Amino acid sequence: MATNRTLPFKDMGGCSISGVMDESGRRFSGEEIIRSIRNMHERSNGLGGGFAAYGIFPERADQYCMQLMFDTPEAKRETEALLDERCNVHYAEDIPTRPHEAITDEPLLHRYFVSVEPDKSRPHLDENDLMVELHMEINTTIQDAFVFSAGKNMGCFKGVGFPEDIGEYFRLEEYEAYTWIAHGRFPTNTTGWWGGAHPFSILDWAIVHNGEISSYGINKRYLRNFGYECTLQTDTEVIAYLFDLLIRKHGLPLEVACQAMAPPFWEDIERMPEREQAQAKAIRAVYGGALLNGPFAVVVGSTGRMIGFSDRTKLRPQVCARGGDRLYIASEEAAIRTICPDPDVVWHPDGGEPVVGELQAGVQVA
Amino acid sequence: MPNWLIEPDFVVERDPDRCIQCEVCVRQCANEAHEFDEELQEVFTDSTRCVGCHRCASLCPTDAISIRPAELEFRPNENWSAQAIRNIYKQSEQGGVLLTGMGNPEPLPIYWDRMLLNASQVTNPSIDPLREPMELLTHIGSKPQRLEFSGGETPQLETTLGPQLELHVPVMFSAMSYGSISYNASEALARAANEVGTYANTGEGGLHEDLRQYAGRMIVQVASGRFGVDVDYLNSGAAVEIKIGQGAKPGIGGHLPGEKVSADISATRMIPEGTDALSPAPHHDIYSIEDLRQLIYAIKEATRYRKPVGVKIAAVHHVAAIASGCVRAGADFVAIDGYRGGTGAAPTMIRNNVGIPIEFALAAVDSRLREEGIRQDAGLIVAGSFRCAADVVKAIALGADACYIGTAALVAMGCHVCQKCYTGRCNWGIATQDPYLTRRLNPNIATRRLVNLLESWAHEIQEIMGGMGINAIESLRGNRDHLRGVNLTDRELNVLGIQMAGE
Repeated sequence: MATNRTLPFKDMGGCSISGVMDESGRRFSGEEIIRSIRNMHERSNGLGGGFAAYGIFPERADQYCMQLMFDTPEAKRETEALLDERCNVHYAEDIPTRPHEAITDEPLLHRYFVSVEPDKSRPHLDENDLMVELHMEINTTIQDAFVFSAGKNMGCFKGVGFPEDIGEYFRLEEYEAYTWIAHGRFPTNTTGWWGGAHPFSILDWAIVHNGEISSYGINKRYLRNFGYECTLQTDTEVIAYLFDLLIRKHGLPLEVACQAMAPPFWEDIERMPEREQAQAKAIRAVYGGALLNGPFAVVVGSTGRMIGFSDRTKLRPQVCARGGDRLYIASEEAAIRTICPDPDVVWHPDGGEPVVGELQAGVQVA
Repeated sequence: MPNWLIEPDFVVERDPDRCIQCEVCVRQCANEAHEFDEELQEVFTDSTRCVGCHRCASLCPTDAISIRPAELEFRPNENWSAQAIRNIYKQSEQGGVLLTGMGNPEPLPIYWDRMLLNASQVTNPSIDPLREPMELLTHIGSKPQRLEFSGGETPQLETTLGPQLELHVPVMFSAMSYGSISYNASEALARAANEVGTYANTGEGGLHEDLRQYAGRMIVQVASGRFGVDVDYLNSGAAVEIKIGQGAKPGIGGHLPGEKVSADISATRMIPEGTDALSPAPHHDIYSIEDLRQLIYAIKEATRYRKPVGVKIAAVHHVAAIASGCVRAGADFVAIDGYRGGTGAAPTMIRNNVGIPIEFALAAVDSRLREEGIRQDAGLIVAGSFRCAADVVKAIALGADACYIGTAALVAMGCHVCQKCYTGRCNWGIATQDPYLTRRLNPNIATRRLVNLLESWAHEIQEIMGGMGINAIESLRGNRDHLRGVNLTDRELNVLGIQMAGE
């Protein structure tokens, strides 16, 4: 894909993350997740905060909701011309915000509910492929326009500020979702840029991440083979793209995809039963470019699912809890107990071990 | 007629107060630089015969011998260097091609020294490899772009992977034939590869019957002379490498003189005793890429698709396109040998002037294969002067799966890089077939030294990776973000695909 912008390199930082999923599909307001992430205020430095919410647009659940930021009206006009050319825009509006004393230099924030028609000249591409292509094209070719998210029945809300202030600014208490994930950022070498806050998203995948991906250089090159361009000044982006590649495009089962990104050590593989060992060897040999190295803990949202996992040696904190129908994953136990004082169970998953929340059988979310 | 124009490279000095006239130096020097005069009962030295291999000085029991460069200075001239003048003296004396051994010694840029590595500070913890796992295990072979799993409760792998080489250290012993090096040296390389869990390459000289027990950790080479090649040979090794070219002498063949073709070498190479072993410049059944494909598949058929079959090429101008062609022709790995790669014998003009640096070749090939989406179809091995563990780390960060070492392995066995391998008078018993000299190399000791070398490099690679906060080599491979350039132009940075220090 042609690009007329220099593609920046990753930044680094520590962070706070929190995620809550109601596996019964019951939707709840953003007030709780704001309270949870506020509890970890010390883990961020006011240079970025953000949220992803699933199930928030049930009335338009079959359309992609593109949430974008624009630094200039020209970028908005250029993007809208591209959207008109590529897809059907069913509805568009400003993303609702409220004036907030802690939030300044806001970009233009707009959302579009769209659908795409199959491209007759390229029948091998389905609507998701076309949406990824559109997402990448806006981010790489239109100066001053950035896609926050472009998935169905979900949205990302993010910006420069402490996460609790960002949540209030975006009036998240007015939305109801069955999964909320949140992030407070402590970047160490980047200027405050709204596009650089977490979550990072592609289609309905959204990722919040605490850590640094030391393997970023090769993950980025590996993903480029498959048409993904990393453009957002952060290493977190590669995790979102890897989930999309491994699960949606390669069709790997979730546990295999997680194993590719945080595989067991060879010494553990040597002790596995024969069939399992052959499988683990093949995954490492084939998906070496997808291995995520360095300290990280992430929470990944997608339709009907929330996944937490960390690097193989667990160099960043991650605590999980269950209470009633809800699964909680956070950087600190306090961030869970502030919204769920008496959980049924609290545990610390091993490094590389995925924790998966899924909607209960038969639950419809749209 | 005296060779009055041949001047010594070295001056050998003997301290008369220390020398005890024991004649060790006389017996050790196959170049006959030292001579015992029966009448005078004294050892004399002819410095013009000294190659600077230090054998006599190393074994002198009283440290009586020192060797220094001959200080016979020409009038300073940047254009007509002493080397250029002396080469003409030699050629006008003998009327032949200038011959030499080892890799290119010319003062051309060494790009490894212009790339620096990264380490973690604050935002990312570095890892102590003595306390945490630090994984170097490397698989070389063709890999599918994706794996298929069957559905159901526990996913079952449906894809079968092709044959893979498994390396515990991403460093292998480069192709050095039995013939160019001694049997003891070949045995030490084979045994060390087995002990460490890497591979030794037979070179084009076949595989001696007694070394077949180590062949599970050997790559058997098929070169233009097809010496020692039969179906048992192909099936004896872990992989087969088709040698198209060599970094020290791209585009030309080889010549093992008949006097080196002893009974043992004759049996191993499957040629009559005492005949010259001539490797043609091209393979006479490969005149284009489609012919290469036929040979690759002929070998795959002969080995029942159980062995990776690779291709070794010299790094020349269009190396990226050539490597891409090899991969598309079915190579399971491509080995690229840079212009500083070593040799037992090569014409000096070719060695010093043909080919391109391995650093650029590697960067270009890795990028090209990725652009074409075929990088996973083949392993990428690089050769052409890896001097230390840092060179290996830099190569892997540029995109290599593993490195071949030749000279470094010989040095571990005692080689002093005197560049006289082609004379057959290697005083260290490595590049010679003279039984008087070969028995100087004890294969047990040489094996231990090679194992020590690879283990020490492995420790150093682990330390460097730990500093970067990376605990698996697949996260270093092709990760050019961990390299920064110094003393490089924009164009050089661009070809290497790395950023400038400070960026």
